[in-house]
Amino acid sequence: MPAMTERAEAIAVRDLRKRFGALEVLKGISLTAHEGDVIAIIGGSGSGKSTFLRCINMLETPSSGSVAIRGEAIALKGDGHGGLAPSNRRQVQRLRARLGMVFQSFNLWQHMTILQNVIEAPVHVLGVPRAEAMERGEALLRRVGLFEKRDVYPSFLSGGQQQRAAIARALAVQPHAMLFDEPTSALDPELVGEVLGVIGDLAKEKRTMILVTHEMKFARNVASHIVFLAQGVIEEQGPPEQIFGDPRSERLKKFISSVH
Amino acid sequence: MTADVINWGLLALEPPGWGGVLLAGLFNSIKIAIGGYSLGLVLGTGGACGKLYGGPVVKDLMEIYTTLVRAVPELVLILLLYYAGTDVLNRAAAALGYGTVNISGLAAGIFVIGVVQGAYATEVLRGAILAVPAGQIEAARAYGMSPLLTLRRVTLPAMLPHAIPGLSNLWLISTKDTALLAVVGFSELTLVTRQAAGATKAYMLFFCAAGALYLLLTLVSNLIIRFIEARARRGWAAPS
Ligand SMILES: Nc1ncnc2c1ncn2[C@@H]1O[C@H](COP(=O)(O)OP(=O)(O)O)[C@@H](O)[C@H]1O
Ligand SMILES: [Mg+2]
Repeated sequence: MPAMTERAEAIAVRDLRKRFGALEVLKGISLTAHEGDVIAIIGGSGSGKSTFLRCINMLETPSSGSVAIRGEAIALKGDGHGGLAPSNRRQVQRLRARLGMVFQSFNLWQHMTILQNVIEAPVHVLGVPRAEAMERGEALLRRVGLFEKRDVYPSFLSGGQQQRAAIARALAVQPHAMLFDEPTSALDPELVGEVLGVIGDLAKEKRTMILVTHEMKFARNVASHIVFLAQGVIEEQGPPEQIFGDPRSERLKKFISSVH
Repeated sequence: MTADVINWGLLALEPPGWGGVLLAGLFNSIKIAIGGYSLGLVLGTGGACGKLYGGPVVKDLMEIYTTLVRAVPELVLILLLYYAGTDVLNRAAAALGYGTVNISGLAAGIFVIGVVQGAYATEVLRGAILAVPAGQIEAARAYGMSPLLTLRRVTLPAMLPHAIPGLSNLWLISTKDTALLAVVGFSELTLVTRQAAGATKAYMLFFCAAGALYLLLTLVSNLIIRFIEARARRGWAAPS
């Protein structure tokens, strides 16, 4: 667990379980991200990494357990089918809006230009004045190296450029924490570096983030904490040196040797 | 005057020419087409959302609406909706103590065409909404948009390029469906053409003239459609 306990809890997940029909994908996961933590989640495909991330902002509703964002518990109630559902949609929308999510397949809105994508949530969800949002959006696009492309539609950009734009979109909501779901897995190998560069810079700034990734070297370099997910439980977790340098469980040893 | 087989003078705008009457008919047809099409779009949007997001009862109602309207020939529907519709309105007015009301042919025509168009538009829009990649809508949810805001800002604009071919067809059909209103005595282009032809016996001339006007309407429509389509697809990298 991260040491400096005086930092506030940005995301606190308690005993999270998620079932899809008969299949129990998450079997009781507890994880706390304090302000400034960079938590990398690793694990085999199908181990429930995406599901866990999507439960944090309730894109997927947990079957049981709890999620709190900056100390505020997301209100959940029984959904009548043995699972849970948010009991206050407004609360979920408000909390989600400040959790910048970055998807594996970018999911930029295709009918909007890059800049329009970036200012969409600030203007229409957070109520930021348009001029202010534009100014901030342009600065963010400059930061990810896409200022010249601000009036271009996403489908005219490379995957790496689209993902950098998606990161700008996530930054535009001034996120309390960022959620990355395999942000480089859909990219051609030569485009991976530019995206990891941007994420690495964010990590250096000590932005709170939870990052699902298959890039082990990257995780080792930027993460403050590594979580190894296997078969729906946290099989092992700890600082990068320990996880990669001195793995305890057989599964983790096998996983690390398989991805290298 | 035997040298001229065709008496072009009959098309003059001023009486005794019938040109002005034809143009007025065309104008009426366009008014009904626009009105009916717009109503159809509204009904279609509601219908598509009802079919996709509604509860079981709403879904069934929408299914009955689209199935019925698409199963019955349009001419029959128009006669049914027009006469039954005016009858129902008159009875309602009588029950409320207003006596008989005069229903304008224009309003009735727009209503009838709109109900028919709405059923087809429901299917076009439903298909187009389903063609929007799920990730687009998921991103909207992830950034805190409410379902209604998602619909307005993402789903509807994103589905538009998928809907435009179908909606364009519906527009062209609606311009021609106006001709069916001739059977209920509304003075649209087809009815006034028949009157002109009957009065002058110049059948060939007037029906060709009406045909040319319908063609013109279609050609102009195509230009506008192409413009709208280019705009809606400007986010698409390559024509597919
Ligand atoms: N919506 C869903 N319905 C049913 N099963 C699902 C759904 N989403 C994920 N799963 C299943 O849950 C398991 C974990 O999926 P996921 O969280 O995507 O894994 P990971 O991201 O680690 O590859 C997989 O077996 C997957 O098939
Ligand atoms: Mg995944």
